[in-house]
Amino acid sequence: MSLVSNCGCGRHRSELEHEISEQSDEARLVEDAVLRAVVRRDLLSLIGRSAALAAVSAFFPLGAAKEAFAQGAGKLEKQKLKVGFIPITCATPIIMAHPMGFYAKHGLDVEVVKTAGWAVIRDKTLNKEYDAAHMLSPMPLAITLGSGATPVPYTMPAVENINGQAITLAIRHKERRDPKTWKGFKFAVPFDYSMHNYLLRYYVAEHGLDPDRDIQIRAVPPAEMVANLRADNIDGFLAPDPVNQRAVYDGVGFIHALSKEIWDGHPCCAFAASKEFVTSMPNTYHALLKSIIAAAAYARKFENRKEIAAAIAPANYLNQPVTVVEQVLTGTFADGLGNVRKVPDRIDFDPFPWHSFAVWILTQMKRWGQLKGEVDYQKVAREVFLATDATRLMAEVGLTPPKSTSKSFSVMGRAFDPMKPKEYVDSFAIKRA
Amino acid sequence: MRLRFLAGVLSLLFLGIVVGAWHLATLPKAGVAAADSEYAKLLGAQAAVGARSAFPTPADLGRKLAEHVREPFYDRGPNDKGIGVQLAYSVARVLLGFLLAALVAVPCGFVIGMSPLVYRALDPFIQVLKPISPLAWMPLALFTLKDSNVSAIFVIFICSIWPMLINTAFGVASVRREWLNVACTLEVSPLRKALAVILPAAAPTIMTGMRISIGIAWLVIVAAEMLVGGTGIGYFVWNEWNNLSIANILSGILAIGLVGMLLDFMFSRLQKAVTYTE
Repeated sequence: MSLVSNCGCGRHRSELEHEISEQSDEARLVEDAVLRAVVRRDLLSLIGRSAALAAVSAFFPLGAAKEAFAQGAGKLEKQKLKVGFIPITCATPIIMAHPMGFYAKHGLDVEVVKTAGWAVIRDKTLNKEYDAAHMLSPMPLAITLGSGATPVPYTMPAVENINGQAITLAIRHKERRDPKTWKGFKFAVPFDYSMHNYLLRYYVAEHGLDPDRDIQIRAVPPAEMVANLRADNIDGFLAPDPVNQRAVYDGVGFIHALSKEIWDGHPCCAFAASKEFVTSMPNTYHALLKSIIAAAAYARKFENRKEIAAAIAPANYLNQPVTVVEQVLTGTFADGLGNVRKVPDRIDFDPFPWHSFAVWILTQMKRWGQLKGEVDYQKVAREVFLATDATRLMAEVGLTPPKSTSKSFSVMGRAFDPMKPKEYVDSFAIKRA
Repeated sequence: MRLRFLAGVLSLLFLGIVVGAWHLATLPKAGVAAADSEYAKLLGAQAAVGARSAFPTPADLGRKLAEHVREPFYDRGPNDKGIGVQLAYSVARVLLGFLLAALVAVPCGFVIGMSPLVYRALDPFIQVLKPISPLAWMPLALFTLKDSNVSAIFVIFICSIWPMLINTAFGVASVRREWLNVACTLEVSPLRKALAVILPAAAPTIMTGMRISIGIAWLVIVAAEMLVGGTGIGYFVWNEWNNLSIANILSGILAIGLVGMLLDFMFSRLQKAVTYTE
C-alpha cells in the first residue's frame, strides 16, 4: 500500500476513504454520545434513532461536534510496523488482522513476523526490531519486574485469548488419566513465564504432586512439542493450540483436559508493547490496539470462526492443516480417544486485561519462587495491564467493557480474591515461597 | 576412465538400494479404520487408520522436490518464501560473515606467524575462544548487537575466524628458512617480503584454513537461523518442523547439502590454483 497518505488526518489513502470511515466510526460514536446525553433511553427506543437524531440536531450542533472529535485522533507517528508472533492460535487476533485487513483499515502497514520462540520474541522486542509483539501474558509482568530479563517498563494493553490450551498426553498413557499416577512424567510447557507453566503446576499440585520434585517440567517452544512427544522425549504437555490438536491429528497424543476445565475464562496470550512505544507514539499505538481489539471482537463471534481458520492456516501464518485450526476455533474436535467433542468455548477472545488476572499471575510467580521479596501486586497490575485504553477501544468496536477492572474467580474450585493475594499464596500447601 | 564409469555405476547402485529400502520401509500399513467416519474426518490420513503419521515415501519427497524446483523464488509474505530465496539469504549471510572473518584472520595470522612473541602472548586466548560453540555466542550477540540479522552474521564471523587464523599463522611460521634468508640477503623490504615471499609460500595452508572455515560457517548458519528465525534455509527447516512436514524438511536438507558441496568445490578450486610444487 502507499505510504503517502492523501487525506486531511493522514490515516486514510484518500479523502473519500477518510470520509467514509469518519462517518461510519467516529461520527456514529459522537451521535450516540449526544443521543445518550440528551434523550431518555425509553424515548429513544420509542421514536427510533434517526428520528431522535433529527430532533436533536435541531438544537444541538451535531456536525461541529463530529468534526471536533475527528480532529482529536491525531496523525500516525509511524505507519510501517513490525509485530512479532509465535505460530499458535492464541495469536489469532494479531495474525488475522493482517490477511483480513484490520490493520489496513486503521491506516497501518503492519508486517506480522513469525518468530522461533518466546526468548527470541522477547529479545527482538526489547531490541526494537519489533514495535510490538504477541507475548504470554506473564511476560510483560516478568519483563517489567526484571525477572528473567533486564527490567524494562512493559505494558500489556490487551489480552488476546481466553481458554484455548490443553493438557495432551502421549497415546501410550491412554489408561493413566488420574494425575496421581503421573509421578516421574516429563512435561513440556512453552516458557517458564507462561500461563501454561502456572496452570500445569497448579493442576498437578491440586492432585498432590509437587511439580518440581514429582514431575519434570521443561520449556519447549510450541513448534517442537509434537515432534518431542512423537519421539517419546516427553510424556505430555500443557500447550497452546493448535499444538494439542496437531498431536491428535498426527495420532501421537490425546487431549486429557482442556485448560477451561482447570480455570474457565483464564487469560493466555497477550498483545504487548514497551511503555516507550506507548508514550512516544500514542496515535500509532492507539490505531494498532484498536485494530487488534476490533479483530478480537470479530473473532469472538462464533459464526466467523471458520473464515478465520481458513485465513490464518496458510504457510505465511500458522502453517497448519486447515482442519486442525478449524477444530480449535470451532470447538468441534477429535480428542484422540475416539470421541468427537463439542466445546464451543474451547477458545474465546476477550481483550479486556483484568487487573485481577495480573494479580493471580503474580501470586503464582511468587508461589513458585520466580519473584523474591515483597511484591506490590495491585500497583504492578495497574501499571502493566492497561485497562483504561482497552475499555475505551472495546466500546468503540462494539464490545461491552466491564465496569470494574477487577473480578474474583475460582481456579479448580478454589476461590481467588484479588484483594488478598498474600493470603492466597500462603493458602497453598505445595509452594516454593 | 573405466574406473570412473564403475564408480558411477556403484554410486547409482547405492542410491538405488537406499531409496528402495526407504520405499519398502514406508509402505503404508493397512490398519483398522476409525469406526466413526465423522471422527476420522478430523484426523490426519495416518491417524484415521489408527497409526501415527508416518515418514514420507521417496515418491512423496519427489513430489515436494518437484514443487520446489518448479517455483523456487516465490514470495508470499514475510513468513513464506521459496526455497531458492531462503538459500540466497543464507549464502549471503555466510559469505558476509566469512569475508569479515577473512579480513581479520589473515592479517592477524600473519602477525602471529611472523612473531613468536605475539604468538605466545595470544595463544592462551585463542585456545580458550576456539572451542566455544558459535551458537553459545548467540544470546550474547542478540543482547549486545540488538539485531538478529547482525547477530547471525556475527556468529558466522566468530566461527569461521579460528581455522583461518590458526592456519595462516601456521603457514606463515613454517615458510622455509632458506627462502627468508635469501630475501634477507637481497635486502628486500619487510612488506615486499611478506607479499612476495611469505604469502605465496603460505597460500596453500591459508586456503586450507578458508576451506575448513566456509564448511563450518555453512554448518552453523542453519542452526543459527533455526534459532533466530525470519529468513534463511535454517528458518525454512524450522518452519517446516513446526508444520511437521518431513518431506519439506528433507528437501531443505538436500538443498543444504548441495549448496555446501558447491561452496566446498569453489574453495577446492581456489586451493588448487595456489598450490605449488617445490
